[in-house]
Amino acid sequence: MLNYLVDIFLIAVSAALINNFVLHYFVGICPFVGVSRRIEMAFGMGCAVTFVISIAAFISWAITTFILVPGAPLSQWIAGFFVPAETAAKVDLTILSYIVYILAISSSVQFVEMYVRKFYPPLYKSFGVYLPLITTNCAILFACLTIMANIVGVDDPADAWDLGRSLVLAIFGGVGFTIAIVIMAGIREELDLCDVPKPFQGAAITLIVAGILALGFMGFTGVDSGLRKALTPTVEKQAAVENLPVGKMVKTASGYRLIG
Amino acid sequence: MADQPTSLERFVQGILPENPVFRQLLGLCPTLAVTNNMKSAITMTGAVLFVLFCANVITSLIRNLLKPHLRIVIFTLTIATFVTIADRFLAAYLYQMSKTLGPYIPLIIVNCIIICRCEVCASKQGVITAGADAIGQSIGFGIALSAIAAVREILGTGMFFEIRVLPAAWPDWVVMVLPPGAFLTFGLLIGLVNWYEGFRAQKAGKIEG
Repeated sequence: MLNYLVDIFLIAVSAALINNFVLHYFVGICPFVGVSRRIEMAFGMGCAVTFVISIAAFISWAITTFILVPGAPLSQWIAGFFVPAETAAKVDLTILSYIVYILAISSSVQFVEMYVRKFYPPLYKSFGVYLPLITTNCAILFACLTIMANIVGVDDPADAWDLGRSLVLAIFGGVGFTIAIVIMAGIREELDLCDVPKPFQGAAITLIVAGILALGFMGFTGVDSGLRKALTPTVEKQAAVENLPVGKMVKTASGYRLIG
Repeated sequence: MADQPTSLERFVQGILPENPVFRQLLGLCPTLAVTNNMKSAITMTGAVLFVLFCANVITSLIRNLLKPHLRIVIFTLTIATFVTIADRFLAAYLYQMSKTLGPYIPLIIVNCIIICRCEVCASKQGVITAGADAIGQSIGFGIALSAIAAVREILGTGMFFEIRVLPAAWPDWVVMVLPPGAFLTFGLLIGLVNWYEGFRAQKAGKIEG
């Protein structure tokens, strides 16, 4: 239980700050450059992305776990009607993942837009412009792919991400995006008053500022391993979390030390 | 279609005058993410060339069947199919490179360059023009990626295509191969391109005046 909470906490910190979607993975750069002129607009965009990314993460987690992975219950059940059970257990639909995700994202954006327009008109007014744009935002697909990599790519099925981890990654990824774009908008509002050389006006100066911002965010590097050490005091627990082999403890002059 | 650009014009425009990265600022995500060395930049260009060419040709073939409100979905599904093919191909034959590029190959699906070309060119013009346009745009994309990757790799590691070009005493600017280096290099290069364009326009104006 403690390990699980530590895991969740670390995924959250890592997604929001250390491996910030924009400044570390470069996804969602288009709105980051395009919609970061005013703080209110940037905040609206950030909220819309966080909202959609959570829904997309929920859908893609469900699709991956129940349909796509080898031996997923739903695909196994359907295949069971046509082929013998031992063949059905091997059905692997991961090759379809990209097509399925992009369909799921664009249709969920469509539905969210319709739903919000019908039931929350004020919210629609503030989100409206950005919602369709979000379909082609790489951050959403990136979150889905990260979740898939952590379900399909693991060796031990017990390590596969559950819904909680996937949602935390998505929500805090969105929060990280909002933080980055709001900081950027704040800087750009001030930049309007500065005397920027003509060739650098617009996108060029935005990217250079983003570079300096990314330098600042590099300061968070390594915070996750430090936090993990602080939160899991004993060596065995830490090894269990990181999947490392437990090293040998040997007695030295200055006390016990870990070898290996 | 007299008012539409011809194949040759489409091809030439993609390379510099309408360069997808520097002039139109499209497809920024791979531009920044895979340019820390030349090899991955070239592989990425190859993947984009394949996907863009196939998607453009297919879109152009079915352009008369497209319904306006469904076209974006059709484009995206076509692109996703070819991206899956490219991704499986890389995983089979260039496994190490496929590991390095990681999620950025599937992210070609949402790369605005490809949707933009399908929309602007392929859904209106014939197959040959669409193919020429795809090749031109990919070359432009490749030039932009190589320019950024060359600066970052040489300054960051002192090597070019993993061959040492700067003396061993060169203090590696590690920050250039890290994320901030991508933003800084790209920002400075855009500034340089803008400055050059302005300079040329000024010179042309002087000659005319």
